[in-house]
Amino acid sequence: MIGVSALHAEWTKVRTVPGTIWLLLGTVALTVLLGALATNAMAPGGDPAESALTGVALGQAIVVILAVAMVSGEYATGMIHTSLIAVPKRLDMLAAKGIVVSALVLVAGTVAVLGSIVVGLLALPDLTLTGPVLRASVGSVLYLALIGLLSLGLAVVVRDAAAAIGVVLGLLYLTPIVTTLVSDPDWHDRLRRLSPMTAGLAVQSTVDVVAQPVGPWEGLGVLAGWAAAALLAGAAVLRLRDA
Amino acid sequence: MRSLIHAEWTKFRTVRGWIVGMLLAIPLTVLIGLLGPATSNFSCAGPNGESCAGRNPPTGPGDIPVIDAFTFVHRTLTGDGSITARVAALPDNAEPWAKAGVILKQGTEPGSSYAAVLLTGHHGVRMQHNYTEDVAGPSSNQDSQWLRLSRKGDSLTGEVSLDGERWVTISTVQLGLGERVQAGMFVSSPQHVEINRSFGGVDATGGLTLATTTFDEVRTDGDWSADWQGADVGGSPDDATGFTESGGEFTITGTGDIVPITPSLGSLGKTVESTLIGVFAGLIAVLVVATMFVTSEFRRGLVRTSLAANPRRGQLLAAKAVVIGSVSFVVGVVAAAITIPVVENLEVAKGFFLFPTSTLTELRVIGGTGLLFAVSAVLAVAVGTLLRRGGGTVTVVIVGIVLPYLLAIASMLPPGPADWLTTVTPAAAFALQQTAVEYPQVASDYVTADGFFPLSPAGGFAVLCVYAAVAVGFAFAALRRRDA
Repeated sequence: MIGVSALHAEWTKVRTVPGTIWLLLGTVALTVLLGALATNAMAPGGDPAESALTGVALGQAIVVILAVAMVSGEYATGMIHTSLIAVPKRLDMLAAKGIVVSALVLVAGTVAVLGSIVVGLLALPDLTLTGPVLRASVGSVLYLALIGLLSLGLAVVVRDAAAAIGVVLGLLYLTPIVTTLVSDPDWHDRLRRLSPMTAGLAVQSTVDVVAQPVGPWEGLGVLAGWAAAALLAGAAVLRLRDA
Repeated sequence: MRSLIHAEWTKFRTVRGWIVGMLLAIPLTVLIGLLGPATSNFSCAGPNGESCAGRNPPTGPGDIPVIDAFTFVHRTLTGDGSITARVAALPDNAEPWAKAGVILKQGTEPGSSYAAVLLTGHHGVRMQHNYTEDVAGPSSNQDSQWLRLSRKGDSLTGEVSLDGERWVTISTVQLGLGERVQAGMFVSSPQHVEINRSFGGVDATGGLTLATTTFDEVRTDGDWSADWQGADVGGSPDDATGFTESGGEFTITGTGDIVPITPSLGSLGKTVESTLIGVFAGLIAVLVVATMFVTSEFRRGLVRTSLAANPRRGQLLAAKAVVIGSVSFVVGVVAAAITIPVVENLEVAKGFFLFPTSTLTELRVIGGTGLLFAVSAVLAVAVGTLLRRGGGTVTVVIVGIVLPYLLAIASMLPPGPADWLTTVTPAAAFALQQTAVEYPQVASDYVTADGFFPLSPAGGFAVLCVYAAVAVGFAFAALRRRDA
């Protein structure tokens, strides 16, 4: 059982770093902004919900910074030693970080997605609040939270902020770029089904959902698998390595 | 300044992680480049069940892959001579680039050299030769026009007339076709393609089209063989093509086109830039190292030592930029120089065909990849100096350079915003890799996703340079004003 004090400690640390609030605001602003631009430019026949929520592809980059900073920042300043003296059960500390980052991203993500959907509702007559659109919205918030957890796990492994962010963004951007050149439809679908960004964002599709290589919740499940694997790797490294 | 560069070089080369990170850019670029063709198999099958793989299109002069299919009503012309015909305008609903006119061609073999004067569906009268060359003639709305193509030695002249008496020369070209050529009248009509791009998907629908028009008052001068013969150059997929003649009036129905093939996503033709799809990953590695190269100075307080050793702060920034820029340039050049032949090998083995590129263009692509890496790394150093934080810096440069590229190239955005992104963001510099050629006389949609960047290679690179220069300017000012 994670101690309330460990959670409180993480919350205090993240709350008192001046960057946090700006990163959260940045997530919201960039998500809504790109969503608004994409909504404006939507081609006829496009998926309105997916257009309105395009900004998530940009907003996630800020979530990555936020999550990575919670770990790498401590390693950079040596704060990690203090943290581990205060909470010697290392996995408790990681769990507390996971909970705090999820909570923060869920709040910021909800605001960002709500903003994007409101912009979409104003700009796109095709967009109505149907079941699939609600699923896409809730799914996008969860997507951002899972990206946060994935980044957190990888940051524990990599430790350096720049390297960790490079790894996470490279991992996310790999498949969308590579699949443009994959002409075998089986491989194309396989790659899109298995990689974190394309699988996770399948939750946003509301038109022709059956044609997607992966179902909406299944896709989010794939991303959750990635996040879990990253957290496990992080936990293992944290246990085994000197801080 | 020299000792300063030496100092920065020493800092760089003595951190093992940075060397590893930089070198990692090379295998990343190669392996991700291989991923594309490695995961490509041909599921399509031809009429006899054979795979499409290796079924290469005909190649025209200069080995460029071409489409060369049309209905040809021809006789053999030996030596100098000319052909004149009155050609009725193509119907209004014809494809914009449907063609009807007179042509002199080396033979009926697809891909052979030719010159033609022709009427098009919506693009007026033109003289074209050897697939890539095109000259527009005077425009007119008349129901029919006289076209004439004559050759004298290797000199071919195309003329057009509204009344058969007053002639306007469209162009004269030098083209050696040999003593005996096939000459006559032709009609072609390209595939009708409608491409619907939406988020995350491209949907192309289309089908073959036919065009029919009439030729009369046909006159030949010179040494021509006796009878008009019909030929479906390139093999016609439709039974309706062919010609009829009655009283000197020819009615010709054709399909196909006479054009260079332009690269498009998922086609069997591969361009040099398609082998370099992994460059973005190599670039991320370079950006991470470039960022750490500067932000670690601030993190560890080394910057105070550096500035104590050389108090002229601008020089420190310059030395860092020189060192990281040079290293990144070399890494980019090596990565591209290895990737291109390795991936092309696999592409050919998989049955793709390659668009030919001149050595000069290939060198530009390889050098361009080096420049892309170098200037991006300098941008990262400048942003790192401004922000002093590794995480923020890496995110800013990756999101600034790689994300717009991703959004444009992966068809995640429709062509309008995709063009805009690859114009105003540093991702414009990926144009340095473009080898795909845009032909004004070939109907294709030339979008970024197919490798056609809105800016020229130099223009796109200039955009990145402007970003880097502005960032360096701000970094210089900040470094001078701020306490270290």
